[in-house]
Amino acid sequence: MKSHISTTINGDPVEFLCDPSQTLLNVLRNDLGMTGTKEGCGSGDCGACSVLFDGELVCACLVLGVEAQGAEIETVEGVATHDQLHVIQEKFLEHAALQCGICTPGLIVSTKALLEENPSPTEEEARYFLAGNLCRCTGYDKIIKAVMDAAATMRQGA
Amino acid sequence: MVALTYHAPESLEEAVQLLSTARQPVKVLSGGTDLIIQMQGLIQDERLVVDVKKIPGMRAADWTEDHLILGPSMSCAQFTKRQDIQTVFPGLVEAAYLIGSTQVQGRASIGGNLCNASPAADTIPALMVNRAVCLIQGLNGTRRVNVEDFLIGVGKQCLASDELLVGIELPKPTARTMDAYLRFIPRTEMDIAVAGAAVSVTLDDDGVCTDARVAIGAVSPTAILVPSAAEALIGTRLDDDALLAAAAASSQAANPISDRRGTVEFRRHVVGVLTKRAAKIAADRVGEV
Ligand SMILES: Cc1cc2nc3c(=O)[nH]c(=O)nc-3n(C[C@H](O)[C@H](O)[C@H](O)COP(=O)(O)OP(=O)(O)OC[C@H]3O[C@@H](n4cnc5c(N)ncnc54)[C@H](O)[C@@H]3O)c2cc1C
Ligand code: FES
Ligand code: FES
Repeated sequence: MKSHISTTINGDPVEFLCDPSQTLLNVLRNDLGMTGTKEGCGSGDCGACSVLFDGELVCACLVLGVEAQGAEIETVEGVATHDQLHVIQEKFLEHAALQCGICTPGLIVSTKALLEENPSPTEEEARYFLAGNLCRCTGYDKIIKAVMDAAATMRQGA
Repeated sequence: MVALTYHAPESLEEAVQLLSTARQPVKVLSGGTDLIIQMQGLIQDERLVVDVKKIPGMRAADWTEDHLILGPSMSCAQFTKRQDIQTVFPGLVEAAYLIGSTQVQGRASIGGNLCNASPAADTIPALMVNRAVCLIQGLNGTRRVNVEDFLIGVGKQCLASDELLVGIELPKPTARTMDAYLRFIPRTEMDIAVAGAAVSVTLDDDGVCTDARVAIGAVSPTAILVPSAAEALIGTRLDDDALLAAAAASSQAANPISDRRGTVEFRRHVVGVLTKRAAKIAADRVGEV
């Protein structure tokens, strides 16, 4: 039997029907058409599905859709405002911190969470915080450069 | 995945009622970082999932006069941010901080780590050295079980089908007591312990160890206390001889398996080294306060 769920996604009230065995990732992508959140592994290892759930960075593949009842969810679709990219997104482009792009939405969401918690991370702190976001293409250096540059720019109040 | 029925009761009574009257196999859900993956493997099966996170207290951590009462479903992310807990149980906090990634810690709980009962679960040795007591609620009332008696085998603990872990009681350590936890993994993060050791020591004003607890993980079917390693520390100033004796006792107590991540000999050796180093870190922490 499907459950009727009322939740908030990127500030907007959202309602959906879901089977209790569906993960939040599955609901976002297949029922709500929010395909920004990616599936890499489905087992909590890769971070491609990173979203904020009640303010906490989590893997959407390890949350049941029914758990979204009454929760506040933020996905990569909520990072840019209208047609203005977020500084983090701009810095990822500027530093060419992506190739295939599968890891990118998760990294953007995670980086935002990192910088909200710690606006001036050391490179080591950034690497540890982001250790759950795997990238098969870039070798990470460009990602870390983008993250550190975004942090510096955001500190200047850009 | 399996066919699930989901309930998120808002009281303990309701939760225990659900557990005891279910027609299908029941699974309690905390953070789901073990459970959801385990259920993905099952097809054409049924499960009743009882999400306990909405029950008051399950995600809280409050001090009483003598104890910290930890809600078993509190996320590791919340737990490791608690400065008041970090000051008193730095070793337990570092164990929670080692679980998975930032994302995994956003959901994973210490109660889930304990109930899942993996031999390699990082928080269990740290709970053992801190004399944690499991607070259990069932249809016929409550009971208390020491954490070292709670675990009965690989992936097995002593909860009956109508029982829930509702709290983890941690006695406030006596003065000049500190803990530490170390694990060995082949990578720097995001891996499962090949061996782990937690140590708690109490030092008097002269630096003599008056009490100690040692527990080791990933080297036997469940994490275990090693009283002989603790005895090797008590009465000493944690000099090299005492640390080596404790290391030897841990290696001796280990009963590991060989797999592609480590041989029996390697695990035995490393668990001793970790014991020694964790004892040193715990002692240094006493010196720092
Ligand atoms: C990518 C990844 C990395 C990981 N790395 C580590 C690691 O480094 N170290 C480590 O130790 N673990 C690791 N884990 C395993 C897991 O995250 C931990 O064991 C975690 O602490 C489980 O907590 P949970 O709240 O998610 O438990 P859940 O998955 O909700 O539950 C786990 C088990 O406990 C039972 N349970 C939960 N709460 C209760 C309760 N209150 N009463 C009775 N039964 C209950 C459930 O029914 C289930 O059987 C990792 C997992 C992933 C996905
Ligand atoms: S898809 Fe969720 S962590 Fe990989
Ligand atoms: S850009 Fe391809 S996985 Fe990161």
